[in-house]
Amino acid sequence: MRKTREREHTMEKRIAAAVLAALLVPAGASAQSAGPSGQALGQTCFVCHGPDGRSAGPIASLAGLPKDHVVRQMTEFKTDRRPSTIMNRIAKSYSDEQIAAIAEFIATLK
Amino acid sequence: MTRTRRSLLKTAGAAAGLGVIGMPALAQGAAGKVVVIGAGFGGGTTARYLKRANAALDVTLIERDEKFITCPFSNYVVAGFRKIGDVTHGFDGLRKAGIKVVKGDATAVDTAGRSVSLADGSKHPYDKLVVSPGIELNFAGVAGYSEAAAEKMPHAWKAGPQTLLLRRQLEAMADGGTFILCPPANPFRCPPGPYERVSVVAWYLKTNKPKSKILVFDAKDAFSKQGLFQAAWESEFPGMVTWVAGKDGGKVESVDPNAMTVKSGFGSEKGAVVNVIPPQRAGAIAQAAGLTADNGWCPVDPMTFASTKAQNVYVVGDATIAGAMPKSGSSANTQGKVVANAIVASLANKPPGAPALFNICYSLVTPDYGISTTDAYQVSADKGITVTPNAGGVSVRMATALNERKLEAEYTVNWYKSITSDIWA
Repeated sequence: MRKTREREHTMEKRIAAAVLAALLVPAGASAQSAGPSGQALGQTCFVCHGPDGRSAGPIASLAGLPKDHVVRQMTEFKTDRRPSTIMNRIAKSYSDEQIAAIAEFIATLK
Repeated sequence: MTRTRRSLLKTAGAAAGLGVIGMPALAQGAAGKVVVIGAGFGGGTTARYLKRANAALDVTLIERDEKFITCPFSNYVVAGFRKIGDVTHGFDGLRKAGIKVVKGDATAVDTAGRSVSLADGSKHPYDKLVVSPGIELNFAGVAGYSEAAAEKMPHAWKAGPQTLLLRRQLEAMADGGTFILCPPANPFRCPPGPYERVSVVAWYLKTNKPKSKILVFDAKDAFSKQGLFQAAWESEFPGMVTWVAGKDGGKVESVDPNAMTVKSGFGSEKGAVVNVIPPQRAGAIAQAAGLTADNGWCPVDPMTFASTKAQNVYVVGDATIAGAMPKSGSSANTQGKVVANAIVASLANKPPGAPALFNICYSLVTPDYGISTTDAYQVSADKGITVTPNAGGVSVRMATALNERKLEAEYTVNWYKSITSDIWA
């Protein structure tokens, strides 16, 4: 009886730890674990690039761009290899991991 | 088994500091009733992104006006190259997104009983409340100024009739007149706004009334995008604009709306048009709900924009104390997304994801000359919201073959189309 209860208790603890771990993973987390998710970062792009990355003017649309393309452009902006008015200032705000996470989110936009 | 599961859940809940968790709460998209006060940049974004994140949420948006008139681009209405209709947005898009838009004036919040009262006596209960009231003008902050005085000396710092009044005054002004603008001390809505207004008014005057002058009596010694604005004033409107810093006598001591004079350390100056932008504080409902600090603005948890003054209440936009973030439409837009995610997580008894905060402020000097300032932000419990270092900042000092000024003028127009579509389309 006591043994069963002990085993049950250990089991409870293990499952509890697993549930806790699942709870603590932020929704949409990918490469980043501590910082904002790719989705959270990527949704800030819409302020200029339009809702869901669809722009109605000369600012580039993001919807439909493949992940690798976005990573390459953002990296070129970040390192000033590609000239721009503002994206070089913005791209420098993000780590390579964050750029990958943003690109992964952007690639999901239809 | 039942006992095991119950005690297991208790353990998990206690360990996560989340209280007791029921199984349904572990599922994505827990339902709940969210009330949002204010359909501007902050409130409109929050309502929309709440429904995007969880369509099952019951979202009610309370707005005093039939339509929202944006402060961004209202300077171009003053200068005459946009119409008021161009900066006016209805709420059909928000309704189509499943949001209940209620026309009414929120006058009180019972934060203990979780209910919002409107002026018509109706009550709106909530699980979570979002307050996005914008600013209230502190008319008493300038001696001699008042709401009545604003009919002679417009502030035009809330877009609408005041914008049109300032436009009419500018059109009626004789060539050779003086346009006086008095910006407030920090913090205030739209830090580059007064200087963009100086610019586009100068553009209008240069074309239509070239003998006119612009005098700026500033409470401050420095302002947003100062180097870029001052260089542009010199190159585009040489000799037209005089900016007087606070330390050089620019601080306004009083105004006289009948004599149309502004008294400062610089002396008493008479203007043909006088534009007084008084100091500001959080919108009235934030004060009535007890969400403001002694300085008149709303303190929030920088991770979620939850009010530090009341449970289950979030504040977004100009009304907040948001560290390094300026009071801008772009700031409010990214804050609204943070709040939406935080509320959806909270209703599902999940911890919020880390916030992604960002700002971009475009300004036009002329319809073909644009400049910008932008920053991403880092958030920590001890330092609050700070600018991400070694990034962001203002446009290049000297334009290159890329033709930055023209491109940024085009991007300014595109930004407006994008952000307003993100919120109201």
